[in-house]
Amino acid sequence: MNLHVSADIWQPIRLTLELAAITTVILMIVGTPIAWWLVRSRAWWKEAVAALVAIPLVLPPTVLGFYLLVALGPSGPGGALASLWGARTLAFTFPGLVIGSVLFSMPFVVQPIRNAFEAMGEKPLEAAATLRASPWRAFWTIAVPLASPGFLTGAILGFAHTVGEFGVVLMIGGNIPGKTKVLSVAIFDYVETSQWTEASVLALGMVVFSFCVILAMMLIEKKMSRTAS
Amino acid sequence: MRSMRFVTAVLCAAATLLTGANAFAASANVAVAANFTEPAKEIAGLFKAKTGHELVLSFGASGQFYTQIKENAPFAILLSADDERPKKLVDDGLGVAESRFTYAIGKLVLWSKDPNIVKGEETLKANAFNKLSIANPAAAPYGAAAVETLKALKLYETIQPKIVQGNTISQAFQFVDTGNAELGFVALSQLMPNAGGSRWLVPQSLYSEIRQDAVLLKASAGNEAATAFLTFLRSPEARAVIEKFGYALDPKSGT
Repeated sequence: MNLHVSADIWQPIRLTLELAAITTVILMIVGTPIAWWLVRSRAWWKEAVAALVAIPLVLPPTVLGFYLLVALGPSGPGGALASLWGARTLAFTFPGLVIGSVLFSMPFVVQPIRNAFEAMGEKPLEAAATLRASPWRAFWTIAVPLASPGFLTGAILGFAHTVGEFGVVLMIGGNIPGKTKVLSVAIFDYVETSQWTEASVLALGMVVFSFCVILAMMLIEKKMSRTAS
Repeated sequence: MRSMRFVTAVLCAAATLLTGANAFAASANVAVAANFTEPAKEIAGLFKAKTGHELVLSFGASGQFYTQIKENAPFAILLSADDERPKKLVDDGLGVAESRFTYAIGKLVLWSKDPNIVKGEETLKANAFNKLSIANPAAAPYGAAAVETLKALKLYETIQPKIVQGNTISQAFQFVDTGNAELGFVALSQLMPNAGGSRWLVPQSLYSEIRQDAVLLKASAGNEAATAFLTFLRSPEARAVIEKFGYALDPKSGT
């Protein structure tokens, strides 16, 4: 096969993978305590927090993107943060994209982890407590290994969803090559400017990638149900 | 009995009155370049009041519309932000050649929300800003004109790292409007009537004319609303609106 695609096709791919990896790591760190709290807490407003976390599932990305554009800007908290190092805004920056992606992909990580913690039930932790394990130790030696399929699912979904993210980056990215021009925006650009070869190479790659992700999820699920029975 | 007949007659008359005005009205889908959003809405309103025909307006990037029309998007008319894409549609056999004309000539403006930033080309030369917002030059003519202007001023190399791109001119405007970029190249029409801030009307000598062409698409050549609208767009009434929004007019295109 002899495909003549421009060399800069690799730049958005690299950038996207970087963004997805960083976002996933942050989401595992931030999402786990949130999921844990959502399972263990008895606060009456717990479900309100759960709903807030899940909002990006139904919110149009452009809505989130627009709010982010304002929030990251000079009159929002993002601008205040940026002024610490003399910048005016967090929009059009890689850290800005990370913030957007973390919010946008949050439900895809928190939900599977929460489900896994819930499926585990109270019993293992109660047993650990009677053996005088500290809650911290019980969490690391019992809860985390038992919920590991949930962590795996969350990581894969969070990563994949960030790779596929479009609306939010389009709104806050500014389309800067090497900095904010991610895969989905690059595909959109190529389509708009009738560069079909580049567009279809990237688009086909996304189809294959998505297929692999779904397949991986199904295999994990199958393995889980086998070990459970 | 008699009163029944009277009531029936009144109902019939009312029904005729209600539907009569629209009995011959048609509707057409029009793809409108983002920079022409406001004038298009106003002209569509005038057009409807005059002819009863309904226009369904879609706003977006000209490049995007071109791609969609090539894939049989159900648009009757494209009001492009350039003259290249309508011409290409004619060459592609999708547009009606005789229908093509320049409905507006766009004006590029350097704009900031801050009343003290934009003072003219010196503002660009001084380079004392962080981000300059423009429309995507590959897909939007105002973006291409912005790049042309920077190149004409021999500033493109130095300013390029500070450029952020909106997908359309509306997004380029939004980046400035939300304060994320201190200044940006936008369409004069977007600043009408009163966007405030500071602005510099870029001299025409620095960029090639943004001739915005309209074209009727072959698939809708028989659509009465579409053909009537193209005629209306050349009328003094519509041209007055176009001019009001800061566009220049092609003298050859009037009726």
